[in-house]
Amino acid sequence: MAESDNIVVETAEKIFADLGDPQTINNDKKNSWQAPLWQALSEAGLPLSWVPDDLGGSGASLADGFALLNAAGRFAVAVPLAETMLAGWLLAQAKVTSPEGEMTVLPASPKDRITLDADGSLSGRARGVPFAKTTRHFAVLAHGKDGVSIALVDAAKARIESGLNVGYDHSDTVTLDKVQPVTLRAAPKGFDQTMMMLMGGVARSLQIAGALESMLDISVRYSNERVAFEKKISKFQAVQHNLARLAGESAAALAAATSAADAIANATSFDDEVYLEAASAKIRCAEAAEKGGAIAHQVHGAIGFTMEHILHRYSLRALAWRDDFGSESHWAVELGKLVASRGADELWPLVASR
Amino acid sequence: MTAALRFDPIRLPEKCEQLRKEVRAFLAEEIAAGTFDPHKPNREDTDVPEFSRKVGAKGWLGMTWPKKYGGQERSFLERYVVTEEMRVANAPTRRFFVADRQSGPVLLKYAPEHIKMDILPRICRGEICFAIGMSEPNSGSDLFAAKTRATKTDGGYLINGTKIWTSSAHIADYMIAIFRTSPPTKENRRHGLTQFLVKMKQPGIKVNPIGQITGQYEFNEVVFTDHFIPDDHVLGEVDGAWKQATSELAYERSGPERFLETYYVLTELVRAVGPNPDTRSAEGIGRLVAQLHTMRRMSVSVAGMLQAGKEPVVEASIVKDIGTVWEQQLPHRVRDLAAFVEETATNRETLERQLDFAIKTAPKLTIQGGTTEVLRGIIARGLGLR
Repeated sequence: MAESDNIVVETAEKIFADLGDPQTINNDKKNSWQAPLWQALSEAGLPLSWVPDDLGGSGASLADGFALLNAAGRFAVAVPLAETMLAGWLLAQAKVTSPEGEMTVLPASPKDRITLDADGSLSGRARGVPFAKTTRHFAVLAHGKDGVSIALVDAAKARIESGLNVGYDHSDTVTLDKVQPVTLRAAPKGFDQTMMMLMGGVARSLQIAGALESMLDISVRYSNERVAFEKKISKFQAVQHNLARLAGESAAALAAATSAADAIANATSFDDEVYLEAASAKIRCAEAAEKGGAIAHQVHGAIGFTMEHILHRYSLRALAWRDDFGSESHWAVELGKLVASRGADELWPLVASR
Repeated sequence: MTAALRFDPIRLPEKCEQLRKEVRAFLAEEIAAGTFDPHKPNREDTDVPEFSRKVGAKGWLGMTWPKKYGGQERSFLERYVVTEEMRVANAPTRRFFVADRQSGPVLLKYAPEHIKMDILPRICRGEICFAIGMSEPNSGSDLFAAKTRATKTDGGYLINGTKIWTSSAHIADYMIAIFRTSPPTKENRRHGLTQFLVKMKQPGIKVNPIGQITGQYEFNEVVFTDHFIPDDHVLGEVDGAWKQATSELAYERSGPERFLETYYVLTELVRAVGPNPDTRSAEGIGRLVAQLHTMRRMSVSVAGMLQAGKEPVVEASIVKDIGTVWEQQLPHRVRDLAAFVEETATNRETLERQLDFAIKTAPKLTIQGGTTEVLRGIIARGLGLR
């Protein structure tokens, strides 16, 4: 996933740098940056990266899409890029054509259920749905009596209670009350909600890892500029050790997330090994967001606590992303159960499977 | 420029997986034959010479070295697999591990040809044991504070002084040590140290055991009194050992042994909780497995960098820092979770015995191979802070 030899990532980084610079966005109180950024991303075909050509997308590889999400994390991008990519990916599982414009996926929590009734309508409630309020369509995974279905739903037909996550991005409660979908198809055999949650979890892991990379960068830079007690704070050993720990958390998050992405991109099915990779990434990245974010703020002192500074754009989003598609505790319980059910002597073979 | 370090996801090649099966089969046979007990990390007889020779006979020592010295010219990734399987099985690797990991590579790089031809094949056969003489009383991590003198004499050097915390010195055949050949200069505090190959069990060397808080005797004080070392046992540049010694330490930092030393308690906890754990036990195990998996992927990635001929000094330091802090905390987390284990668990006694030993082992894990503080200094330098 080196950024230099990947045309998708290069394209995205150029757009982020031109139209999604965190400092510019932070200074723009009217959010006039959003439309041009989204338009540029759309023109480059990035939101539908994971949708094949014949279903209206640009047909990039899973690996390229994952690298793109990591880059989006490095810029703390606050448009529904990851969400539209996931929605397109979900729809493509059932060969449903993606529409134009912003999308999001639901449910976004492993505990929520959307049900498919006999008349083909959808009902249920999904909490913490990212960007639900500002997107035009939902890609929905629903449970019916014949199994799992995937549906495209017009957002205007849902009841949406507006909410914000700790990063000030939309995280809404969506209620479907006998809503007729635009399109509805059966999911492929074996596809279930857990796979969708793991995929969403890996997307969030890559974003968190990207945000931590940037937090490390700006913290190192700040420590080399800020003078206290007559020397640069980067010269204090205690500060150096804190930054070394931040580097470790950032590296661990990136390693866990890219490893999981690589596992999914090369797997033929969501087996136990992919489960281990994806669940571990979400758990470890959430832990890194907590520890790493705290250090980045510690290094920045009071200035990092202000709205004027860009640190919060990364730190608060990384913290918010922990909640989407299953928190670290949720996945830890599930992973622990998986490990226990396989038995003690199968633990190492699972960990050392690749 | 981004300060972040990339750990690209390496997939171990098929060759490694085949080798892994061979190593597992070998270890299972040795366990069945009673050579060692994988459930007893605190056994008294960690030095098992016949085990070393069997591992040598398998071709698993000096695996990456040239064939003419007894090596197999295999990859770092293959060596990696052997190391982690040995560690996970709690195999008695003490006798050969230092030579295989560190001393052999140093000899390969710096020893004269006739010494390489003499010693390296014996390491590969699992016949000889090495110790490392770096720390001294009141020096420790501060390598450049070493005082033990090597004074030039006819045909060699006379050594006077004391090394300390030297693991395995009591069973070692050789030691690779740094001694002071000149005082440090004002411009370069690192000047004046030279690396030597020391033949143990010779006149002028006295080894005094030091008891550890685990109840074991693993490290020693080694006192040199007019001990003679011939000229051809100088390794590398006279007065210029600091660079050699620090690159040698890189071998010590990124391997699987840096996060698996207390791993056995995790396996035993999973055994004790059984197939249907309560929520708290499941969560505890899940978190520990996620952390373990992440470190292993980082460590494998560093092995891939070594294989590619890179020198991942900062990356290795990060793996060692996170890895040893984790393996130090592991017994405490497992102990806490073990409170939920049923009285009837068949391995309860084993788990408790292992926890006792692991908790006593834990304090050293963030010290050996470079203290956490020294490693964070190296990482900080890599970030451009010093």
